[in-house]
Amino acid sequence: MADDPIISVRGLVTSFGKHTVHDGLDLDVRRGEIIGIVGGSGTGKSVLLRAVVGLLKPVAGQITVFGENVRDTNAEDYRRLRKRWGVMFQDGALFSSLSVQQNVEAPIREQLDMSAETRAALAAIKVRMVGLPDDARPKMPSELSGGMRKRAGFARAIALDPEIVFLDEPTAGLDPIGAAAFDELTAQLRRALGLTVFLVTHDLDSLHAICDRIAVLAEGRVLATGTMAEMQDVDHPWVQAYFKGPRARAALAQKESL
Amino acid sequence: METSAPQTAQKPTRPQLMLADGGLVLEGDFLMGTIESLDLQQDAAEKIDISRVGQLDTAGAWVVVTLERRAQAAGLTPQIIGATSLQSDLIATIRRNMPDADVSPPPTPTISDRLEQIGRRTVAGLRSTMEMVGFLGRVVATIIGLLLRPQRIRWTAIVHHMQQVGLNAVPIVSLMAFLIGVVLAFQGAAQLRQFGAEVFVVDLIAISILRELGILLTAIIVAGRSGSAFTAAIGSMKMREEIDAMRTLGLDPIEVLVAPRVIALILMLPVLGVIANFAGLFGGALMSWIELGVSPGVFQSRLISNTDVSHFGVGLIKAPFFALIIGIVGCYEGMQVKGNAESLGSLTSTSVVLSIFLVITADALFSIFFAILGV
Ligand SMILES: Nc1ncnc2c1ncn2[C@@H]1O[C@H](COP(=O)(O)OP(=O)(O)O)[C@@H](O)[C@H]1O
Ligand SMILES: [Mg+2]
Repeated sequence: MADDPIISVRGLVTSFGKHTVHDGLDLDVRRGEIIGIVGGSGTGKSVLLRAVVGLLKPVAGQITVFGENVRDTNAEDYRRLRKRWGVMFQDGALFSSLSVQQNVEAPIREQLDMSAETRAALAAIKVRMVGLPDDARPKMPSELSGGMRKRAGFARAIALDPEIVFLDEPTAGLDPIGAAAFDELTAQLRRALGLTVFLVTHDLDSLHAICDRIAVLAEGRVLATGTMAEMQDVDHPWVQAYFKGPRARAALAQKESL
Repeated sequence: METSAPQTAQKPTRPQLMLADGGLVLEGDFLMGTIESLDLQQDAAEKIDISRVGQLDTAGAWVVVTLERRAQAAGLTPQIIGATSLQSDLIATIRRNMPDADVSPPPTPTISDRLEQIGRRTVAGLRSTMEMVGFLGRVVATIIGLLLRPQRIRWTAIVHHMQQVGLNAVPIVSLMAFLIGVVLAFQGAAQLRQFGAEVFVVDLIAISILRELGILLTAIIVAGRSGSAFTAAIGSMKMREEIDAMRTLGLDPIEVLVAPRVIALILMLPVLGVIANFAGLFGGALMSWIELGVSPGVFQSRLISNTDVSHFGVGLIKAPFFALIIGIVGCYEGMQVKGNAESLGSLTSTSVVLSIFLVITADALFSIFFAILGV
């Protein structure tokens, strides 16, 4: 059981009209790991995430999460599955008409029959766990900075104590200190809640700092998976350019100097 | 990797709280979905034994910490025993992140709060009226400036908006006016027939449509159609910081966005008004013929001989003013949009309601004015 992958994608094909995004993509995610999904802009990282959480119907292929097929579930099974994962979209995707507190309460309110006081208390804890101050709770999303919105989106994603969280470029657009803090937060919450993290990112620092494994997307497939060290030896021009370019060397040097 | 989260989807057992030899004993699975059945109003105890707890998530840990806090509040120093290392980590995390104060809803407003609110609203209303008048001034100044330097006028934008607010509104405006003409003829006929004065239906229709209804109803439709579209378009640009980008490029949003829309409206509303007048007269003539037997020939000659052309002028002179009201209100409300989608929606509806209200008010003022002039 423990060795079974928590997410398993086999032969995934997705396309928009004539434009094929994934063409026979395979990917396994192990329970409890932080897997970093990298790839150039437009290689279909976000589309992969949307397919795995069932927001987008693939043309072909099999996607199982917790051993259940995401594509063929009926509405009832899907609702049950959905409770066990949380998604944070790019830029947080907070409900703009609700306060931070209400945003975090929203999934609890929808999924569980819980008294208002308990719900409020649990949501307040989640808001603190992602490192937001208590006075951020009554604020509206438009009053928050980009980094705070991402944290609030993270709080909403973990509101129901999911087993997997999907994060779409959580550190994009954050300053390096904010990005490092977000990485630290992700790792810390993984430890505290036993999360599996599906992390779409461009950020080499995040890959170095917190990812157990990395999957590289290119040409509609997963080109390679492995640890950061193993990526150095992959013989593919894009992978070489990405992991051995000046930025990659800087990130590596920074990590070694720590 | 070992985790504290539930490993399988098997049904959790009901959590229970018991008092046993001076301590609280917790038993079962303490999870998000199960803790609601617990009664946390327990007597304080020195020991909290969680060795018989199965699964524990953040909600369960919250229960443990809440029990611990109650005991501390009663002056005890409670101990949590029997926790696995993962469980005690989770409990420590929750303890660290629990807000000190109760998460209570905001207090209900008192009378003085409400009075304060009324005061603030009044001041805010006055201030926004001032701002809107200022905005009107800036737009008028910009348009005059453009007329002095016509090479700066954005003809493409103006023609585009003329098509949007004018041409595309022709079907709905003419249908509306036609139906109003029909209704007037029908209702007028019923009354006038009692006096044998059927033929006066022509005067009734002509004067009411040409003087008032044609242009007023056209303005109301255009306010609903185009005023709201102006607010939504400019508002969503504001939301995506396009307006700020424009300013940094040295473009004046009033010149680029507002002036073409307002000019297009001022040009097209009179045209729409004329179309509405014709459609209304046509509808009225048709209904008079069917219902009263007033033939089109009689209708026409009576229209020409009895209805002064001043009625037409009185109606149409109002059109540019209504256009200015609709354009200014629509664009001004769009500029007021702040970061979120909520404010875009509420300002769009404010824009429509306010411009219709102001159009009707202006129409009333015009009536008084013309009555004094005796036109
Ligand atoms: N809703 C959509 N309709 C059409 N094409 C789409 C849609 N969403 C994504 N695509 C295309 O799919 C490709 C992958 O997109 P995406 O997954 O967003 O890239 P990224 O890896 O940068 O997240 C892009 O070429 C994009 O144009
Ligand atoms: Mg993306």
